[in-house]
Amino acid sequence: MTDKMHVKLKVNGENREFLAEPRELLIYALREHLNITGPHVGCDTSHCGACTVTLNGKSVKSCTMFVAQANGAEITTIEGLGNPAALHVLQENFREHHGLQCGFCTPGMITRAAKLLEENPNPTEAEVRFGIAGNICRCTGYQNIVKSILAAADEMNAAKEAAQ
Amino acid sequence: MNDMTPERDERAANLKGLGCSRKRVEDARFTQGKGNYVDDIKLPGMLHGDFVRSPYAHARVVSVDKEAALALPGVVAVLTAEDLAPLGLHWMPTLAGDKQMVLADGKVLFQGQEVAFVVAEDRYIAADAVELVEVEYEELPVLTDPFEALKSDVVLREDLAGQTEGAHGPRKHHNHIFTWEQGDETGTNQVIDNADVVATESMYYHRTHPCPLETCGAVASMDAVNGKLTIYGTFQAPHAVRTVVSLISGIEEHNIRVVSPDIGGGFGNKVGVYPGYVCSVVASIVTGRPVKWVEDRMENLMSTAFARDYWMTGKISATKEGKITGLHCQVTADHGGFDACADPTKFPAGFMNICTGSYDIPTAYLSVDGVYTNKAPGGVSYRCSFRVTEAVYFIERMIEVLAIEMDMDAADLRRINFIKKEQFPYQSALGWEYDSGDYHRAWDKVMEAVDYKGLRKEQAERVEAFKRGETRTLMGIGLCHFTEIVGAGPVKNCDILGLGMFDSCEIRIHPTGSAIARLGTISQGQGHATTFAQILATEIGLPADSITIEEGDTDTAPYGLGTYGSRSTPVAGAATAMAGRKIRAKAQMIAAYLLEVHDNDVEFDVDRFVVKGAPERFKTMKEIAFASYNQAIPGLEPGLEAVSYYDPPNMTYPFGAYVCVMDIDVDTGVPEVRRFYALDDCGTRINPMIIEGQIHGGLTEALAVALGQEIAYDEQGNVKTGTLMDFFLPTAWEVPNYETDHTVTPSPHHPIGAKGVGESPHVGGVPCFSNAVHDAFRPFGLRQTNMPHDHWRIWQTANRLGLHD
Ligand code: FES
Ligand code: FES
Repeated sequence: MTDKMHVKLKVNGENREFLAEPRELLIYALREHLNITGPHVGCDTSHCGACTVTLNGKSVKSCTMFVAQANGAEITTIEGLGNPAALHVLQENFREHHGLQCGFCTPGMITRAAKLLEENPNPTEAEVRFGIAGNICRCTGYQNIVKSILAAADEMNAAKEAAQ
Repeated sequence: MNDMTPERDERAANLKGLGCSRKRVEDARFTQGKGNYVDDIKLPGMLHGDFVRSPYAHARVVSVDKEAALALPGVVAVLTAEDLAPLGLHWMPTLAGDKQMVLADGKVLFQGQEVAFVVAEDRYIAADAVELVEVEYEELPVLTDPFEALKSDVVLREDLAGQTEGAHGPRKHHNHIFTWEQGDETGTNQVIDNADVVATESMYYHRTHPCPLETCGAVASMDAVNGKLTIYGTFQAPHAVRTVVSLISGIEEHNIRVVSPDIGGGFGNKVGVYPGYVCSVVASIVTGRPVKWVEDRMENLMSTAFARDYWMTGKISATKEGKITGLHCQVTADHGGFDACADPTKFPAGFMNICTGSYDIPTAYLSVDGVYTNKAPGGVSYRCSFRVTEAVYFIERMIEVLAIEMDMDAADLRRINFIKKEQFPYQSALGWEYDSGDYHRAWDKVMEAVDYKGLRKEQAERVEAFKRGETRTLMGIGLCHFTEIVGAGPVKNCDILGLGMFDSCEIRIHPTGSAIARLGTISQGQGHATTFAQILATEIGLPADSITIEEGDTDTAPYGLGTYGSRSTPVAGAATAMAGRKIRAKAQMIAAYLLEVHDNDVEFDVDRFVVKGAPERFKTMKEIAFASYNQAIPGLEPGLEAVSYYDPPNMTYPFGAYVCVMDIDVDTGVPEVRRFYALDDCGTRINPMIIEGQIHGGLTEALAVALGQEIAYDEQGNVKTGTLMDFFLPTAWEVPNYETDHTVTPSPHHPIGAKGVGESPHVGGVPCFSNAVHDAFRPFGLRQTNMPHDHWRIWQTANRLGLHD
């Protein structure tokens, strides 16, 4: 066991502080110290994307980073994307288009998709498929996930146009 | 009076009952990160367990030294077989009538086998302590090939030495488990010996793994004060787990509560009982604190539940015209170190005897030999109903091979041999009674939709262009017509550990006209909370949105055998409908009383009972629900509740017709699925949106298995595919869009005619993808090449056929 360090993170807009061993993976720090259990562990070898969060503006697999490396970072997880009163457009569209089954990949998938649509608000189907290729889903075969993301993009673009 | 009027249509639509694509009620929590999976559970004072595992596939365990581990601050206990032995828990029964070591008892039989269980304050300390446990091994000769194992002097299971009788009859050799025979051997041999045409082929259906995104895990909590044990876990069959835990631990069943919370995919992986579950329970009893165990991905792939691993040899005979006359199938099944297959007791090779497929084959014979090797135990139904995937792969390859032998089109050959609509219920040569089907209609619909003739023409042109050197890609047309057998099953022949495979539903209607229904099954992504409410909505006339479905808590749910083998809709779905009908029967009496007419003078109409011939006089189900709680009705008990335990009279037999069009780059071995057309007939359709989702998912798992996914071992028994780097799970980038279609042939014996669908696409998809690969090379003389057809193997095939010369 190594000495614990003082970790400061800004998670979903809130400042959080806690003691953790530097070698702890960010995913466990989020899940076990902060009780943020939306992001999941599907492999802990950076292959499945179930643990995806947004860290300092980038999609990151939080099982691939030590909590020490994340110290001071700003993090968004699925819990920070929307709330029951105001769901994120992606959350609505995943439901609408049956983009999930067991739900285990869903938090990582939606978090990644949200970042993808920020990076590329008008993706083609191929760009969506490539853009989420770091996130594995064992249940849906992706077809409805892709559909959900494309529908969300359309809806977000329509809303933007309407606002102009 | 029952004509559909717009007003009536609207009332029906409000119920969101059978047949509508109701959005899922589960999604609100899953899309917001509020699911509750096993690893999300945190109990006060909870400890973490982790395994010391064997690096060897076969070795004697000479000693286990726990001193250093126990000295590490934060380590609470280290358990070995010696610690479990006094409790009689160092071995446990398997679902297949064998037994399995919980922790290594003197030797290990596969790489990754559980040797010691470390319990510590957190998961990091536990992992550190695992490294500190010193185990001395003495290596033994390793057997990874079942054919070698049957010849070898090396005894794998010393605990069974001298036992010539196993759970499924005589054992022929010390590494032999059982021989299972079905059908008429002499008759089949005679037919084949005298046939016009015979095709023979051997094929290996490789070992793979269900690999749901969530691994297996449990949290056990023994309350020493009240003597109550609670186990949260990734259980596809929570009630069976409760019974098994009670039987092996001696804790009375009423003192055990098993809870399956949200489950992150199962696909068969979570049917079995694993050493991790048992060790968490023991550790909680020993330490007096809750203990969590969650396996990591590598442990999951190495130790908890492989699928397939069948070596199959077939002979199929036919007349000159192509009418099949006989089928002979011999299987050598590699079961690994323990026989832990999850099959109904009387079926040690599952429903492999559905291997006559969709065809009217008058005579057939099947024999399966189970064999021990130094590989992980398992043998689960990976998105499959008990070896149906193997059976369908076998027959759909044999059909292709026969077509090659006869120089016939494989679609024509299938069509000639389909069981005809008027032959149902159809008695198969290997003992099943197929309930219903219309194979010709399904097949013809698909052939037309894909323009089969046009595809064949294009393919022939491609071959010519290839020969002229104008292209380096070949085109494969994969065909498959499958018949599934699901919904296990009738108690007269289906049980697991003596527990009949019925299922159950209990309904309570609340005074204000909403309801809760509890079932013996458990969803792992299938959306039961959505679909079972739809069945009920139609049966009892209350909106699906007003019905809560609850599963997975053995303290509240009625007993059932769980969810796998596509059994939820055929069995628990039937129980739901039957329980609903009991509610309706009582509601009818209440309505008649309220309307002051005779019971028979009212009839059910969508969401109400109306007086026959006077539809303006009615009582809605909502009114009836309230009345059941506030009126003293002569001869009727208050309240409105019902329970049904449903023992299905037969299995159900969903079927489907699939076509895959694939382009294969001969120089890189890369296959590209250009088109996949899937027609499924699962009988009555409860929720088309969910059915379609199941089909997309099952086809994707089929693509994985056919085109790359495997659990491979080297000669020392090392697992070569222990991480997701080596074990193929397709990403969105590799998966095509699928076209789905359907016909509806209801099951005649199911209360709502539904047959189950979750596994069909996997069962039918694997042979379809594989046949496409084979078909691309058929013009160059390919007959059979084993899966998985990864790029390297496809390249090798092309190379062997001289296509790189
Ligand atoms: S858990 Fe992080 S990528 Fe799988
Ligand atoms: S919904 Fe189950 S893994 Fe994606």
